[in-house]
Amino acid sequence: MPVSPANLTGHFFVTGDPLIYGADASILLASAAVVFVLTYYKKWRWLWREWLTTVDHKKIGVMYLMAALLMLFRGGVDAILMRTQLMLPNMKFLAAEHYNQIFTTHGTIMILFMAMPLIFAMFNIAVPLQIGARDVAFPYLNAISFWLFFFGAMLLNLSFVIGGSPDAGWTSYPPLAGLGFDRGPGENFYLLALQVSGIGSMATGINFIVTILKMRAPGMTLTKMPLFTWSVLASSILIIYAFPALTAALALLLIDRVAGAHFFTMTQGGNAMMYVNLFWIWGHPEVYIVVLPAFGIFSEVFSTFSGKRIFGYTSMWLSLMTISVLSYFVWVHHFFTMGAGPDVNSFFAVASMAVAIPTGVKVFNWLFTMYRGRIRFTVPMLWALAFIPNFAIGGATGVMLAAAPADYQYHNSYFLIAHFHQVLIGGVVYGMLAGMYYWWPKMFGFKLNERLGRWGFWLFNIGFYVCFMPLYPLGLMGMTRRMYVYPAGLHWALLNLISTIGAYVMGIAFILIVIDVLYSIVRGERDVTGDPWNGRTLEWSLPSPAPHYNFARIPAVASRDAWWAMKEQRADDLNSGRQPEPLQPIHMPKNSGRPFILGVFFFVGGFGAVFGWYLLAALGFVGVLFALLSRALEYDTDYYISVEEIERTETALGRS
Amino acid sequence: MAVAQDTVERSVRNGVPLEYATADGELKIAGFWLFLSTDLLLFACLFSTYAILRTNTVGGPTGAQLFDIPGFTTETFALLTSSFTCGLATHEMRRGNRAALIAWLAVTVLLGLVFIGFELDEFISYATHGAAMQRSAFLSAFFTLVGTHGAHVSLGILWMLTVVYQLAVRGITAVTARKVFIVGLYWHFLDIVWVFIFTVVYLTGVLK
Ligand code: HEM
Ligand SMILES: [Cu+2]
Repeated sequence: MPVSPANLTGHFFVTGDPLIYGADASILLASAAVVFVLTYYKKWRWLWREWLTTVDHKKIGVMYLMAALLMLFRGGVDAILMRTQLMLPNMKFLAAEHYNQIFTTHGTIMILFMAMPLIFAMFNIAVPLQIGARDVAFPYLNAISFWLFFFGAMLLNLSFVIGGSPDAGWTSYPPLAGLGFDRGPGENFYLLALQVSGIGSMATGINFIVTILKMRAPGMTLTKMPLFTWSVLASSILIIYAFPALTAALALLLIDRVAGAHFFTMTQGGNAMMYVNLFWIWGHPEVYIVVLPAFGIFSEVFSTFSGKRIFGYTSMWLSLMTISVLSYFVWVHHFFTMGAGPDVNSFFAVASMAVAIPTGVKVFNWLFTMYRGRIRFTVPMLWALAFIPNFAIGGATGVMLAAAPADYQYHNSYFLIAHFHQVLIGGVVYGMLAGMYYWWPKMFGFKLNERLGRWGFWLFNIGFYVCFMPLYPLGLMGMTRRMYVYPAGLHWALLNLISTIGAYVMGIAFILIVIDVLYSIVRGERDVTGDPWNGRTLEWSLPSPAPHYNFARIPAVASRDAWWAMKEQRADDLNSGRQPEPLQPIHMPKNSGRPFILGVFFFVGGFGAVFGWYLLAALGFVGVLFALLSRALEYDTDYYISVEEIERTETALGRS
Repeated sequence: MAVAQDTVERSVRNGVPLEYATADGELKIAGFWLFLSTDLLLFACLFSTYAILRTNTVGGPTGAQLFDIPGFTTETFALLTSSFTCGLATHEMRRGNRAALIAWLAVTVLLGLVFIGFELDEFISYATHGAAMQRSAFLSAFFTLVGTHGAHVSLGILWMLTVVYQLAVRGITAVTARKVFIVGLYWHFLDIVWVFIFTVVYLTGVLK
């Protein structure tokens, strides 16, 4: 059996590769620097009390955002390494084994540890504020979700320097990912990291569904809800009804690997296609899980910066819901070549193409929203505008891939790589960056610099086309995905070189965006009004950043774009001299260190399971049980903010 | 504590069950229903895997050869009865009878232990007679499906014990009532899943 020596469990620390020694050194240096800064400025207590133990959705949102940007960096470095290796024929920059590990961690990190936390950042930052709530339904659970994501991500990233990275692709198909071909701990890292963070994602899905269905301000019926909140509802429904399939697929593969079962071993009656089906029953909805919130953000951005109500509100939420339902009936388009037969393939081909209809409805609604609007070309608006042509191309190539007979030609070629990056970057990343620039002042009380932001945007957008357009023809010319080297003389070299240049341009753009953040922390324009964009939804009615309890008085909502309506009404109210309602004490959850500790136990247990150290695994598991038990017996979980304190806070924020 | 007393009185006056009396209780119950629907899907995936691999015994023992009719019938009776006693517990909670509530929960736990005992015995006897999960894809699927259910039941037993403890210490409050209600939902859910295991795995298995 072809077991590559680099992959055996033999050595604990990965050795022999200069890149990895570099990583070892930079991890040590970065950790030392963090410890030093925290100690020097005496910030440990602050870190623990303000961040690690917080159950405030706004802070959890910020932590998701920071972690996601860090993961975008890691995934981006992976991408740059791969594109460097593919720059020219016969490159010797990365060895085959190393290339395998890098595309695997790149894909896994980008989808599960970059896109997912990034959408969760936006959920947390915006949803409670948009619906007039003081927090999510289960703030404590929300903190658990974050820490499970965080420690799941740490577990996967650790594999790079300890034990070796997974290398069977982000899809991790058996038999390649089974024991027969992949003995090392890398695959175990993948399986356990995804399992741990998956629990967190499920909890987030449940949390936001209950929040949105049960905690809206009085008067905000479902059809008066902002479209971003609608998109979060759609995405959360997809999460909770898609993730169980992933949980099952990963669990079965793990049982095969650690207990020697035969779910996917052909010779013992197993069926590897079962894994592929389960994986994509989750996997296709997953792409909508991450793109629907982006659609929601675009709706907010187009409407705000066109100074108009969104066009076709009803068709907007209906199309979100239609897409969610359709997305469960398309999964086979990821493996038409399995040979399920013409009838099955036809069904899934037609269903996949049908998704284009509600998506098209949305695109036209966005265009009509801008039609005759007074458009402001702010940075969020630029990202939103650039998304439209991007998604048009991505959608068109998607329909091409959905044509089952033709897919036999494109399948797993660079045509596919170009397609899914076009929708994932052009849709999800553009959407989340639009959201980040849009809500940044709400999160931190200052705007990001528009000039640097525009530079970042243009470089990224240009870099994107330079990087990915050449990949379509390369795919048609026969270049398949996951290929680490190619010979000269195939006429592939020029296109690959161009693509690599584009990747570097995107890398520079990313650095510019980081510089924008750093620059704006020091010099950014302060937002004193709480409504820097002349917004339409309730989050803009609050000071920036919003106080701990969000709303001193829960607003009463009478129409869509509630804040816009209130601004129009406010003049009348002032004249009538109506007194605001008296303040009431506010009921809030207490901070807790347990979610963090729970995450640590999951990490310890997961790490033990990766190496088959069952004592350590059991220790982690028992720790988890104890943490749950101590929560069950904890009754002193919340407190009241007094009216005086609310008054003091509101006055300090210039409100009364 | 005054607050808790208020909610109790209010809910009794309005005919709202105590577990729904606070906003928090209502939210948590709604969230738990959602969780159960996702757990159902997890089981659905395991059931479909079992259905696909059921006949792939690759020369090893089949279900018809393994399954012991008196054994799994006893298990089924124990679990179905425990669902009934769990319902009685909720009934006593509604009447505010703490002692009876605790007693019925204790009976439920005992029946759950009987169920787990039989299941463990079954697993051990298979494994020691050449029918471990490593033998064939059928057995992998069998142990995983039935074992996942068993693990759920075991967790349910531990959980119910902590609820009993809290009832003993704190009595029936809006919070403990919610906890009883939720663990009850979980227990009934596991019962329903078992009905499917009983038909799909055992009955279909021995009929063949
Ligand atoms: C920032 C620019 C990016 C570049 C230059 C880039 C480049 C690449 C390259 C070169 C590959 C490997 C192709 C192969 O050898 O098969 C790849 C694979 C992949 N990328 Fe990206 N990528 C980028 C961003 C993203 C983002 C944002 C996502 C997701 C949100 C993503 C998801 C994936 C996935 C899922 C794979 C497949 C991995 C596998 O084959 O297992 N990428 N990307
Ligand atoms: Cu798909």
